[in-house]
Amino acid sequence: MTTTILKTHDLSIKFGGVTAVDCVNIEAHDNELIGLIGPNGAGKTTLFNLLTGVYQPTHGTVSLFNGEKLAQVNHVSAYKRAQLGIARTFQNIRLFKTRTVIENVLIAMTNQTAAKTIHAIFRTPSFYQHEAKKRQHAMALLDIFNMAHVADELASNLPYGQQRRLEIVRALATNPKILFLDEPAAGMNPQETAALTALIKQIQQQFQLTIILIEHDMNLVMTVSQRVYVLEYGKILATGTPTEIQQNPAVIKAYLGDDMP
Amino acid sequence: MDRKHLKYTLTWALLITMLFVLIELLTVFDIIGQYGITTIVLIGINLIAAVGLNLVIGMSGQFSLGHAGFMAIGAYATALMTTALPSIYGFILSLLVGGLISGLVALAVGIPTLRLRGDYLAIATLGVSEIIRIIIINMKITRGPAGIFGIPAFVNWQMVFVLSVIVIIIVVNFVRSTSGQAIIAVRDNDIAAESLGINTTKYKVMAFVAGAILAAIAGGLRASFIQSVSPQDYTFMQSITILIIVVLGGIGSISGTVVTAIILGVLDVILQNFGTLRMVIYALVLIIVMIFRPKGLLGTTEFSLQKLLFDSGGSHDHNDSKNARS
Repeated sequence: MTTTILKTHDLSIKFGGVTAVDCVNIEAHDNELIGLIGPNGAGKTTLFNLLTGVYQPTHGTVSLFNGEKLAQVNHVSAYKRAQLGIARTFQNIRLFKTRTVIENVLIAMTNQTAAKTIHAIFRTPSFYQHEAKKRQHAMALLDIFNMAHVADELASNLPYGQQRRLEIVRALATNPKILFLDEPAAGMNPQETAALTALIKQIQQQFQLTIILIEHDMNLVMTVSQRVYVLEYGKILATGTPTEIQQNPAVIKAYLGDDMP
Repeated sequence: MDRKHLKYTLTWALLITMLFVLIELLTVFDIIGQYGITTIVLIGINLIAAVGLNLVIGMSGQFSLGHAGFMAIGAYATALMTTALPSIYGFILSLLVGGLISGLVALAVGIPTLRLRGDYLAIATLGVSEIIRIIIINMKITRGPAGIFGIPAFVNWQMVFVLSVIVIIIVVNFVRSTSGQAIIAVRDNDIAAESLGINTTKYKVMAFVAGAILAAIAGGLRASFIQSVSPQDYTFMQSITILIIVVLGGIGSISGTVVTAIILGVLDVILQNFGTLRMVIYALVLIIVMIFRPKGLLGTTEFSLQKLLFDSGGSHDHNDSKNARS
């Protein structure tokens, strides 16, 4: 029995005269891995921004499962949606570059097990206990991703692939129900992409969450996704299993053009 | 608290006590004289205000030019309350009331203005500071442009010394708390912070309010020490004076602020002998520091006893990531 964890109804946003996302109806289920593909400028990242609360839709609704039922979250700001269990990574990496790897993860745990500020100011034993616990949790998380040995490195000193990986770890540290990955393989070499493919599968199994993934690397998308949405000119062009999508004439046309011999 | 922390805390306590005893001896044997004591008190007062401003500018990354306004609130609270209630309790109460009013004003002002960024926020906070000053000029109770004289004196250097130490400890510990770390995260990358469930507005306002409270306490101490307040003391130039300490010390470095407050205070004394050349030399010092250390004397680094004494063989590179530990 799967529950619908995220649903949109006629979701649209206009920037001036441009309708970047146009009447999009998608839904995601518990523990599902969804691929979101489409040509450049199709509105994939805009859709992510609508779902995570960065943008407010001009029309339509976003609903999230709150434990009992789907509730509309149109006017819930981005940070509150994060507290409801939405986490994301960014197309252009947004790490806290001047902080260390573990500090990046610790900041993501701001809303969990935080010692009261008053304890921090007076340095009570409770503060040290909380700090130790948080650090332990963060280290455990880093360990899963084989990053424990770089915990005290500056985030900006990490190689590119590891920075992307750290962004994922940081997102997971918020204890999310849905994880949005915006082009996680962008700029990676084939080896790194292969490692990432394995990693995404591992995350989903280990953390039991829904993952929605924007990616241009078709091999990656088709390997990991259970279901794929294709977006073109802000509209959903097709949806289905990876095999269905690969054989869909409309999708082939959108990607390769009309005049296929 | 484990042994390492205890050892570390005790070392700090010892150093601070030594400094206190040193100043005490200097005054007892009349080596620095009344003028020296005045300098120490003014350094302490500037330090408290500057640490507060560094919380706003350095930690939360919001450029505020309104610090003088919040100092004025504290100064007038102390001036009015200690005149009516001339006792040490009245004075302590006045510091609390000044801090409270200042904090509330910062809260009311911060929520709309902290949506602005950079220059826009600077102009908005400058405006707020001027509004506070003009309200003071036009109110009967504050005696308008003439100001208030004959405020009872309750401030001595020991009190300012102890208060400065307390303020520094509180601020440093606050910065390392979860809230403090969230404030820095918002500064570093607000979109990422928001995506991690951090309420960016809340933490920006928190830093702004904390800065305003510290400014008010500094203002209150100053009013009681100089024994007079007037609106002219809290113009734009007062904000700049505090801003210079923060920028010169290194935006985001509390140790930098402490060091610079002391250096500038001492420099002020030395330059007394140069007469009119004083402001020229002062300006030259600022320019030279900004050319050779554009990020301020200490950048974003914090002075750390732990690194200095307890980490043998550790590298001492100016690594701004390490400042969260100590």
